[in-house]
Amino acid sequence: MSAIGMLPLEGGAPEVAQVPSPVRGRDRVRDTPYPERPDPSPQPSPERERGPGASEAGEAGYNFAYLDEGTKRMIRRAILKAIAVPGYQVPFASREMPMPYGWGTGGVQVTAAILGRSDVLKVIDQGADDTTNAVSIRRFFARTSGVATTTRTTEATIIQTRHRIPETPLREGQTLVYQVPIPEPLRFLEPRETETRQLHALAEYGAMHVKLYEDISRHGHIATTYAYPVEVAGRYVMDPSPTPKFDNPKMDQSPALQLFGAGRERRIYAVPPYTSVRSLDFEDHPFRIQEFTDPCALCGAEGVYLDEMLLDDAGRRMFVCSDTDHCEGRRADGHVGTGDAV
Amino acid sequence: MLAPGFADPVHDAQGTFRAVMDALARPGLLQRLDAGLEPPTPLTPELAAIALALTDADTPVWLDAGLAAAPEVAAYLRFHTGAPLTDDPARAAFALIRDPARCPPLARFAQGTPAYPDTSTTLVFAHDAITSGEGLNLAGPGINGMTRIALTPLPDSFVAQRAENRAGFPLGVDLILAAPGLVAGLPRSTAVTES
Repeated sequence: MSAIGMLPLEGGAPEVAQVPSPVRGRDRVRDTPYPERPDPSPQPSPERERGPGASEAGEAGYNFAYLDEGTKRMIRRAILKAIAVPGYQVPFASREMPMPYGWGTGGVQVTAAILGRSDVLKVIDQGADDTTNAVSIRRFFARTSGVATTTRTTEATIIQTRHRIPETPLREGQTLVYQVPIPEPLRFLEPRETETRQLHALAEYGAMHVKLYEDISRHGHIATTYAYPVEVAGRYVMDPSPTPKFDNPKMDQSPALQLFGAGRERRIYAVPPYTSVRSLDFEDHPFRIQEFTDPCALCGAEGVYLDEMLLDDAGRRMFVCSDTDHCEGRRADGHVGTGDAV
Repeated sequence: MLAPGFADPVHDAQGTFRAVMDALARPGLLQRLDAGLEPPTPLTPELAAIALALTDADTPVWLDAGLAAAPEVAAYLRFHTGAPLTDDPARAAFALIRDPARCPPLARFAQGTPAYPDTSTTLVFAHDAITSGEGLNLAGPGINGMTRIALTPLPDSFVAQRAENRAGFPLGVDLILAAPGLVAGLPRSTAVTES
C-alpha cells in the first residue's frame, strides 16, 4: 500500500486535522510518533473535549505531559528566572521532542513543564485551532497528559500559540505560551551570540534603532510588519516571536502571563502580567499597527487581524478573521459578513 | 526513619511549581500551597515542598544556621532531591531560610552576571505569617498599579536591602516567601518601599 495513499490530501478539514505535522518532507506516515488511531470527534468541537485516555495519566509508558521530571524541573527553574527578569532570554537544555525543530518544540516544552491535570489547553497556529500544527500539538498533549482541550479562548487556562494573540482579551490566570523560532531580536544585525549577550548586558540597542531608521529611509515608513521588536519593562529589547505587529499592543499590560519557548535556540523568556511592553519607534514615526479597509467577510468583525484566502485559480480572494474561535463565536452570535470575494 | 516526600511526585511537584510561578508572576499576591509534607523540624512543609519541586543535582542548596544545625534536614533533602548542599551562599542556586530575621545580607548570595543574570540565587523564606493589603508597598512588573504585603518576621533593614537589590537590576536575588499554606513572590524586578 502506498503510504501517501493514507494521507487524505483532498479530504477537507476533519481528515487533514488527523495528519500530524512532523510528516512534512517524509514519505512514510507510519514512522511518525503518532500512530493512526480512530478519533471519535475529529472536528474540533467548540465544547470542551477530553483527550483519549483522559481518565488517568494519558498514554501508557510516558510520564505525564511526555517530559521526564528532571527535565521539567530544569525548564521550571528557567521559567522562574525568566519571569524575574522580564524579556531576558534564559538558556535552557532543550530536549529532542517527537517533532522536528521548527514545529514548536520550545513552546511544547514550556507547556509540558507548566501543565497540570486541571488545566484546559488551547493551541493555535496563525490564529486557527484547526490547522495542522495546532491539531497535532493539541492531540499530543491530550494523549500524553489527558488534560481537557478546547478551542475557546475564554475556557482555556493555557494557550499555546504560533504567531498570533487571540482577539478575545485574555484574563488573569491565563498563560500564553509562544512558539519562538529566533528568540534573539539582534540576531540578524549581529550573528555572534557572545556579542548579542554583551549588547543586552549593556542595554546597547542602537543597532536596532538604526535598522528601523533604515526602513524609514528606504520605504518612507517602518516596514517591519512582524517580529516587531519591543522593549519590556523599560529594560530588555525582546523579539515577540513572528506575530504580526498588529498584536504587539495586546502584549502591553496584559492580565495574562506570557511565556516564550525557543526549542532549537534553547531559550526561554517571559513577560509577567501587567508589564509594560513598548514597540520601538521614533517621535516622528510612531509605531502603528496594520489596518484593514474591509471587515471580515464571514463575521463582519472590524479591528481584527484578517487572513487573505485564495478562492480559485482566477485569483479571487476573501479576507477573513485569522482567529477562527473569535470568528466562529461571532457567527454563532448572529454576526454575518458580506461573504464577498474581492 | 526518613520522612516521606511527595505522595504523588509528578502532580504535587507540578502544583507546587505552579503556585511558585504564579507567585513570582504576580508579586505580593498570595497563592495557596498545600503540599501535605511532614518534613523533619525545623524544615517547614512549604520549604520542603519548594525544595522537592525545584532542586536536584544541578542546584547547590544553602541552608541557614537553624536548618544546617539539624542533620535530619540535610539527610531529608539529600535523599529526596539529590541536591548538593553548600556552605557558600555565593555558590547557591537556592537558599532555604527558616529564620528570615537572621538571614545574611542579600548581597552575599549569588547576584548573577551581566551576561547571565539568571545565575543568581533564589532565596526561599519561611515566614510565620504573610498578609496582603498592609505593610510594605510593592510595584513593578506583575503588579497592576501597587499592592501591599506584610511579612512576619521581617529581615533586618529589609527595605534598604531590597532597594540595593533593585538598583542592581538585572542582577540580583529573587525571593520566594512561604508561610503556612501560602506562598508569595518578590522577584528582583519588584520595587519595595515603606508605606
